[in-house]
Amino acid sequence: MSENSQAAPAVQLKTPPELARVPLVTNNRSLGWITDKVSTIVEERTGRWWWIAFLICSPIALMGLCCVIYQISNGVGVWGENKTVGWAWDITNFVFWIGIGHAGTLISAILFLTRQKWRTSINRAAEAMTLFAVVCAGIFPAIHVGRFWMAWFLAPIPNSYGIWPNFRSPLLWDVFAVSTYFTVSVLFWYTGLVPDLATLRDRARGPIARFIYGVFALGWRGSNRQWRHYEMAYLLLAGLSTPLVLSVHSVVSFDFATSILPGWHTTIFPPYFVAGAIFGGFAMVLTIMLPARLLYTQIDDLITRQHVDKMAKIILLTGTIVGYAYLMELFIAWYGANPYEKFTFFNARLGLEGKGWYAWSYYVMMFCNVISPQLFWIKSMRTNYVAVFIVCMFVNVGMWFERFVIIVTSLAQDFLPSSWRHYSPSTTEILTFVGTFGIFLTLFLLFMRFLPMIAMSEVKIVTPQADPHHHPETSPEAAANH
Amino acid sequence: MAEYKKVYGIGAEFNSAADLLHAAEKVRDEKFTKWDVHTPFPIHGMDAAMGLGKSWLSTPVLIGGAIGTLTAALLTFVPSWFIYPMIVHGKPFNWATLPAFFPIFFELTVLFSAFSTVFALLIMNQLPKWYHPVFNWDRIKKATDDGFFIVIECRDPKFSETKTREFLEGLGGTNVTLIQD
Repeated sequence: MSENSQAAPAVQLKTPPELARVPLVTNNRSLGWITDKVSTIVEERTGRWWWIAFLICSPIALMGLCCVIYQISNGVGVWGENKTVGWAWDITNFVFWIGIGHAGTLISAILFLTRQKWRTSINRAAEAMTLFAVVCAGIFPAIHVGRFWMAWFLAPIPNSYGIWPNFRSPLLWDVFAVSTYFTVSVLFWYTGLVPDLATLRDRARGPIARFIYGVFALGWRGSNRQWRHYEMAYLLLAGLSTPLVLSVHSVVSFDFATSILPGWHTTIFPPYFVAGAIFGGFAMVLTIMLPARLLYTQIDDLITRQHVDKMAKIILLTGTIVGYAYLMELFIAWYGANPYEKFTFFNARLGLEGKGWYAWSYYVMMFCNVISPQLFWIKSMRTNYVAVFIVCMFVNVGMWFERFVIIVTSLAQDFLPSSWRHYSPSTTEILTFVGTFGIFLTLFLLFMRFLPMIAMSEVKIVTPQADPHHHPETSPEAAANH
Repeated sequence: MAEYKKVYGIGAEFNSAADLLHAAEKVRDEKFTKWDVHTPFPIHGMDAAMGLGKSWLSTPVLIGGAIGTLTAALLTFVPSWFIYPMIVHGKPFNWATLPAFFPIFFELTVLFSAFSTVFALLIMNQLPKWYHPVFNWDRIKKATDDGFFIVIECRDPKFSETKTREFLEGLGGTNVTLIQD
């Protein structure tokens, strides 16, 4: 290999400047610079803004936990659900949060397999976001079962009641899918963290930090005999996570698709849910990364406009897929000639003939998810942080409403008008949902404070000097083209 | 009082990934066997430069995944077919109910494979191992930052305190140091 690179190429290929790849780490930074800038985020004194953010988010998290305790001690009657609308905000929130997690796994696994090198500076934070989102998601189905202390019945544990889970039920598939997803995500995330924890161990000034990072770094020494297996393990975990992430939201969609309810009973659900999950997840990645980037200006050269631009393109793509799914549902409702399905889509959702109680939510969803991301066709909008942030906020709102539309409009007005019921959330329900944002942000703040939020060892691989055929005497432009 | 210290090996530092790769090729060609390189990131082509083959970590993962599939098959079929043979959802209880169990098969296969990957990684890399002689060399800390190192162990049959030192210096290694055990 080294011989080939040193031999003069027969034909000198010249890359025109406009086709040259933009370097992923701008300003031609050194390896030590990367270590320094990422590690100092953890090492330096806690910033004032961090304490302010923490003191805002952690009481909200606490409020959420209090709502959960209140609900468990009083029963699901404290929610606004009724005999017709048995699933509402709880399952909406569950699907919303679990969907957000998907972007992290897409970045860490699918973009790894497709050799998208730009993923390296955002994968760690996105994966952390996945874990915290799944934590928030897990709360809702657990308390939604009503008798929370019986939730262990979901696990196949032999017991004296002679009760065994029904493995033919999509709800049980969901239990397996979500718990596998969380476990595998933790394993993948921790495997990726080990070399960076070793960096923090070796830089630690105090004995306590050295001890704690040292314990979790497992004695990593960066030897090639370790890296050899490590790279294979990373590849395998990426390969395992790729079908896993596609399966999780497919299984979530089976909860709906296998029922006979109009609006739920469609075969388009699995791909539609997966695209929506990635769409909403990328919006949430940008929602938390853009402010983090603003606060830590030293990582400007690691998370560049190029990264934001690429994420905006994924939002545009997946948003358009979601838009296609919405229109296809409407088309099939018309073409399928099923009066109940037609009613759900044209009357309950679109509000024709004035019968849509929740039609406004359908239009909110359409505007936020389909119209607003179209702004990203324009390059100057994709690299404008304010515009990106605003569109991402719209997408966050829109993706929550998508699940609300699917769940509540379908349930509230189904087959028999005599069984139709209005639904509105109770205060406890609203505060629980707000509380999960507190839990999510508190966990993310703690992550930013105590763990390297950019995968240092992985960013180093994509720098030109990491290439063993790189020669510093060549110009940086030539190295970037290499 | 003279303190007896056992020698672990000799370490040398190199300037860049490229220098380290070329040096490693020479160490390999000299037929050293008990040696290693320490780098902040995996270097492309280093396995070949060290004369190491492809990692065989995928074997335990395949076995783990197969055990996962088998576990799922037993977990779903034994109760459905033998313990509680009941018709649920209008689906049969014998082998014909297989499609309803596919999600469980898939999830447990992935779960067991992922655990096999991580445990095989730990076992094959002999981790956790919080003490290792190379940590006695202070400069090795740079291996997790921006340093590139070669360490040749004294267990190697070709090892000689003087000749190995000269050899590493000849390869362009700096800070060539004797590492104590």
